[in-house]
Amino acid sequence: MGDPLVLMKDVNKHFGDLHVLQDINLGVDKGEVVIVIGPSGSGKSTLCRTINRLETFESGTITIDGRPLPEEGKALAELRADVGMVFQSFNLFAHKTILENVTLGPVKVRKMSKADADKHAIALLERVGVAHQADKYPAQLSGGQQQRVAIARSLAMNPKVMLFDEPTSALDPEMINEVLDVMVELAKEGMTMVVVTHEMGFARKAANRVVFMADGQIREQSTPEDFFTHPTSDRAKDFLGKILTH
Amino acid sequence: MGDILAKYNLFAAFWMTIKLSALGAVGALLLGTLLAVMRVSPVTTLRAIGTSYVNVVRNTPLTLLMVFSILGATFTLGLSFSDQATTNAFIWACIIIAVYHAAFVCEALRSGFNTVPQGQAEAARSIGLTFAQSLSQVILPQAFRGAVAPLGSTLIALIKNSTVAAAIGVADAAGLMKTISENETGTLGVFGLFAIGFVILTLPLGLWFTSLSRRLAVKR
Ligand SMILES: Nc1ncnc2c1ncn2[C@@H]1O[C@H](COP(=O)(O)OP(=O)(O)OP(=O)(O)O)[C@@H](O)[C@H]1O
Ligand SMILES: [Mg+2]
Repeated sequence: MGDPLVLMKDVNKHFGDLHVLQDINLGVDKGEVVIVIGPSGSGKSTLCRTINRLETFESGTITIDGRPLPEEGKALAELRADVGMVFQSFNLFAHKTILENVTLGPVKVRKMSKADADKHAIALLERVGVAHQADKYPAQLSGGQQQRVAIARSLAMNPKVMLFDEPTSALDPEMINEVLDVMVELAKEGMTMVVVTHEMGFARKAANRVVFMADGQIREQSTPEDFFTHPTSDRAKDFLGKILTH
Repeated sequence: MGDILAKYNLFAAFWMTIKLSALGAVGALLLGTLLAVMRVSPVTTLRAIGTSYVNVVRNTPLTLLMVFSILGATFTLGLSFSDQATTNAFIWACIIIAVYHAAFVCEALRSGFNTVPQGQAEAARSIGLTFAQSLSQVILPQAFRGAVAPLGSTLIALIKNSTVAAAIGVADAAGLMKTISENETGTLGVFGLFAIGFVILTLPLGLWFTSLSRRLAVKR
């Protein structure tokens, strides 16, 4: 196997005095699904967001498909087009219809014709099961539907890798599975994914690897099976004890 | 009062007020938008220019700017748009009204920017939109919708403030009112008429903007 698709080398970041990312080294291979798990405030979101430079970092390097992350400007925008991102709060464009949300990137960034983009978008919306809502506005959809549209919006760019930051944490319990099902499908089809989530069912079903973070460091990495049954570090045992009790 | 109205052309005067306000408003909207974009841009110098502009212009009396355009700019510096004094005064008046109210448009728009959640910009950047595309496709459309009400107030203030142009001889409603009150007697009714004229211009606008702001509001 060649170089990892996403490679973080000795990445460090501070928020003021807080050292949120401490010497992060992480490689994600093509087609791999990596789950990032850890206590609140451990730096999971920050790690996810530095991969497409929504957060800057002070030292170390991050490469995507062999290319180092550009600092800013057009080159950075181009790279971001290849890295999908799904947020906890969906962040659909509130003034645009569902269809327009999905076609905006393809038309403006990929310079696809409106007709082609519409066709592609409808196919993606069908795939995530919200095609019949194409003409509505985000606020008219349920959380689960909005999140599935957000996934379709990312997919419309044909990303090389997709980042998910707690995609189901803002959802009512009955909507969690409809989103996870879409993600499991994606994983099966070979999408490279980095997913911050505490959904262990998803981790067991779809993940190749679990990365455990605490206090800005990667403390442990293993297969989901090993991690959930035999965590090695005390921090991980403690953490699992807390999330498994309910 | 009837003979006064027969002698002077009220409609021409109000038409001048409308032209002055409309051109001033378009200019103020364009310049104000540019200033607002500068104030949210990642470039420190641009932000500083935007902030200074707003602070200086907002705190300068409009009359002073208006009089400066003729006494300072035209007479002393020789910046004239036309050999005809009235045309020159009209163009200067439009510019000064635009320049002055741009600062208020900028502030109204900034309140609109504050209605747009951070996540909208992050999502825009994440799909690969450049800074300019994020602004024009995602942030500004939502900011404008969130700023309709304060932009409406700014427009109404602009229409009323356009009366200051009379100070440099523009033959608008306020200019005519001054002429009438200087030359005629028993002009109290005429004052009332002009007041009603302005209410007719601004009241429907205010109502329209209120309904517009409700209709265009972004549902989140
Ligand atoms: N923009 C910011 N400015 C300052 N501090 C921040 C900022 N964003 C995050 N932090 C801090 O950095 C630390 C890590 O935050 P991060 O959001 O990455 O944690 P997390 O692991 O995703 O937590 P959670 O499970 O609660 O989402 C936290 O202590 C947080 O308060
Ligand atoms: Mg987080």
